[in-house]
Parts: sequence; structure tokens; C-alpha cells
Amino acid sequence: MNKVSKSPWLLHYDASSCNGCDIEVLDCLTPKYDIERFGIINTGDPFQADILLITGGVNSQTERVVKQLYSQMPEPKVVVAVGICACTGGIFKECYNIKGGIDTVIPVDVYVPGCAARPESIIDGVMKALKVLDEKQKAMKEDRR
Amino acid sequence: MNVCFVIAYLLFAPLLGGLLDGTDRIISARMQRRKGPSILQPFYDLGKLFSKELIAVNNVQFLLNLSYLVILMIAGALLFFGADLLMTLFILSTADMFLIMAASSDSSPYANMGASREMLQMMAYEPLTLLIAVGFYLAEGSFQVSDIIDAPVSAILWMPGLFVGFMYTAAIKLRKSPFDLSTSHHAHQEMVKGITTEMSGPALAIMNIAEYYELVLLLGIFSLFFINSTWWSWIVAIIACGLVFFAETLWDNVSARVKWKSLLYSCWIVTLVAGGVNILILMLIK
Ligand code: SF4
Repeated sequence: MNKVSKSPWLLHYDASSCNGCDIEVLDCLTPKYDIERFGIINTGDPFQADILLITGGVNSQTERVVKQLYSQMPEPKVVVAVGICACTGGIFKECYNIKGGIDTVIPVDVYVPGCAARPESIIDGVMKALKVLDEKQKAMKEDRR
Repeated sequence: MNVCFVIAYLLFAPLLGGLLDGTDRIISARMQRRKGPSILQPFYDLGKLFSKELIAVNNVQFLLNLSYLVILMIAGALLFFGADLLMTLFILSTADMFLIMAASSDSSPYANMGASREMLQMMAYEPLTLLIAVGFYLAEGSFQVSDIIDAPVSAILWMPGLFVGFMYTAAIKLRKSPFDLSTSHHAHQEMVKGITTEMSGPALAIMNIAEYYELVLLLGIFSLFFINSTWWSWIVAIIACGLVFFAETLWDNVSARVKWKSLLYSCWIVTLVAGGVNILILMLIK
């Protein structure tokens, strides 16, 4: 009943994406893909989110924000890097201000490749993240015992 | 008999409220040509929220949230016991004050803004709520809920204007668009999540349960308009509540959020025109 994967709430943050991936993330909410059927809500509030979905690589300005958002989310939580920029830095990797993928600042659980990542693969990535989320919840319960 | 009603309310209101919320989400999804979540989704959400870590932003917020829940339960219990309607309505607004205090106790500017908007919403719907109590008194000669439901004819015949006004302002209480200024059920609003911004896990779950109690309480007040001494009026009341709920969902989906001024003025105009005229006519003919 209280499996967290039955009602995962998403927080979407654009670290430095070209907006291509962001539009694909929003695509998932449209009638065609409708991620609400999995109980997923796109919330804007880190206090209430279970999944942090980040698009774009981290730059020196967004590093602080990414860390802050991550630290404000209650356990258990997972991070999904959407798009090749978020995975490795992508085509912006060599830029002077880019630090690289999201995993250079916070731990990432699922990588979704693609430029831009297709809605299908984003949903796929989120589903993978749900499994990780359940495992983390189990581990949390065992810790408490 | 009355005690049974109260126990049933305290035990089953969250269940009924959750199911109604689930239905609301499915109906909204269908209106937007989506499939929507399962009808049990609100319960999955509650289960998850209770299992999550509670990030306490301060040590009073959780307590204030809990008071919001308990006071709402008292207000509903009074209504379903058949006690004083005026008392129920006063306690209902007291409960809201606790929510406002919970939201303004934390440091998030979004939560504080939500709290001041919630206060504004109270200013908008409170006059009409009081007029409804007055209307019931003029129509049935008593504030006691047990007398109101024993009347020979339904109250709606005496107070159609107040009923329309109550439907208008109930959208504020149910946090439906266009009046979901302080916090919204839908994703992304201009100030994150308004009053619930800094409520995480169990704190949010408690707030949700309180909202379910409030929903059932409001539907209870709606049914007061229909119930009279005959048995079939109860069936009419249940159908009417269903229709009211559907109408609010439809309104939620077809309208966009308004500015606070439009909220305040439109509510007061509706109160004055629909409520005031209704009360005047009642005073003349009764
Ligand atoms: S992966 Fe491609 S579409 Fe996505 S943010 Fe990077 S450049 Fe833009």
C-alpha cells in the first residue's frame, strides 16, 4: 500500500539545457503520453518530490541550485538525468562554464540518453527510477529496524 | 442515531473524501482526453506521504497542522450530530486560522504569500457563509441542524439564491480553479505550492486528510438545502451533492486562475446579489 512507486511526484529542473529536453519532459504530461496514469504528478516543490528530473549539464551558476534542491527533498529520493547533456555534458562539455554531467555534483540513479531524449525513453527512465526508489525505501525501513 | 452519524463521519469521511478526490482526478483527466490515475490514487499518495521522511522546518508547524485536522473533525462532528449550524460554521473558520498559522510559521516566502492569500479567501467567502446560517434561521426558524432536516419542505425552495452563492464560494473552499489562489491541486503555480510549500511527507498527508474531512463537511451543508422530513429527500440530497461536485470539477477545468481582486469583488457581488436579495425576500414573506 505505501509503496512509494505508486505515487511518485516529480520535480523538474533545467540545469543548463537548450530547452529541447525540457519540452520533451513537458510532452510526457500531454494527453498522448499522460504520465499521470502512473500516479505521477509534476510538482514544483522539492519538499514534496520523490524524483528529481534534471535536464542539461551543470554549470557554475546552477551547481548551487542543484545541490540545494537535492538536499531539500525528503528521503527516499532518486535522481534522473535526462538527455545526453545531463548525463555527460554532451555537446556543451568543452564549454568554459560547464562542469559536466549531473553526477559531478549529486549522485545520479538513472541516465536517460538522447538529444533530445524522447518522451518514451523519459517515461522508461522514470519507470526504472521507480524500481530504485522502492529499493531505497526498503533499505530505509531495514535501517529503522 | 445521531451518535452513529458522528462516528460514521469520523471514520468514513477520509475514505469518502479520498474516493471523491480520485473520481475528481479521473473526471478531470477524461475532460482533458487523458486516461488519468486509478481511483485509489489519493490513498496511494497518503500511504507514500506517511512513509516519507518528515523534514521539520520548525517545531510548531506539525502541531498546527494537526490542530487544523482535529478542529475540522470537531466542526464536522457537530454538523452530523445535528447541533448548531452557526457553531459549525464558526469552528470551520477557526480551523482555517490554524492552517494559516501553520503556513506563516515557516520562513518560505511562498508559504507566507499563500497564507495571506488564504486570509483573503476567507474574507471573500465568510460573509456568504454567515448569510447561509441566517437564511436557514429565517426559513426554518432554528439554527439547529436537527430542526432544519425535520422541516416539511426543503430549504432550497426558500433559499435558491443562497444555494447558488454557496456553490460559487465553495469553489474557494475546495481549492478549485479559478479560485485556487493560496494553493492548488494542480502542478506548477506561480508560487510553488502556496501554503503547503514547506509541508513534507506526514505533514502534507495530515493536511490532505483534513481537506477530505472538509469536503465531506461541505457536502453535508449542501445536502442541508435538500433534506426535509421525507425519506426520499435524502436520496435527492445525495444526487444533488454528486451534481454539485461534478459542476465544481467542470468549472475547475474550464477556467483559469483569477487575480485576488476579481476573487474578492466577484464573491462579494454574488453574496450581495444572490445572498442579500434572497435574505430580503425571505424576511418579507416569512
Ligand atoms: S541533450 Fe540535446 S536537446 Fe537535451 S539539453 Fe542537451 S542539447 Fe538540448
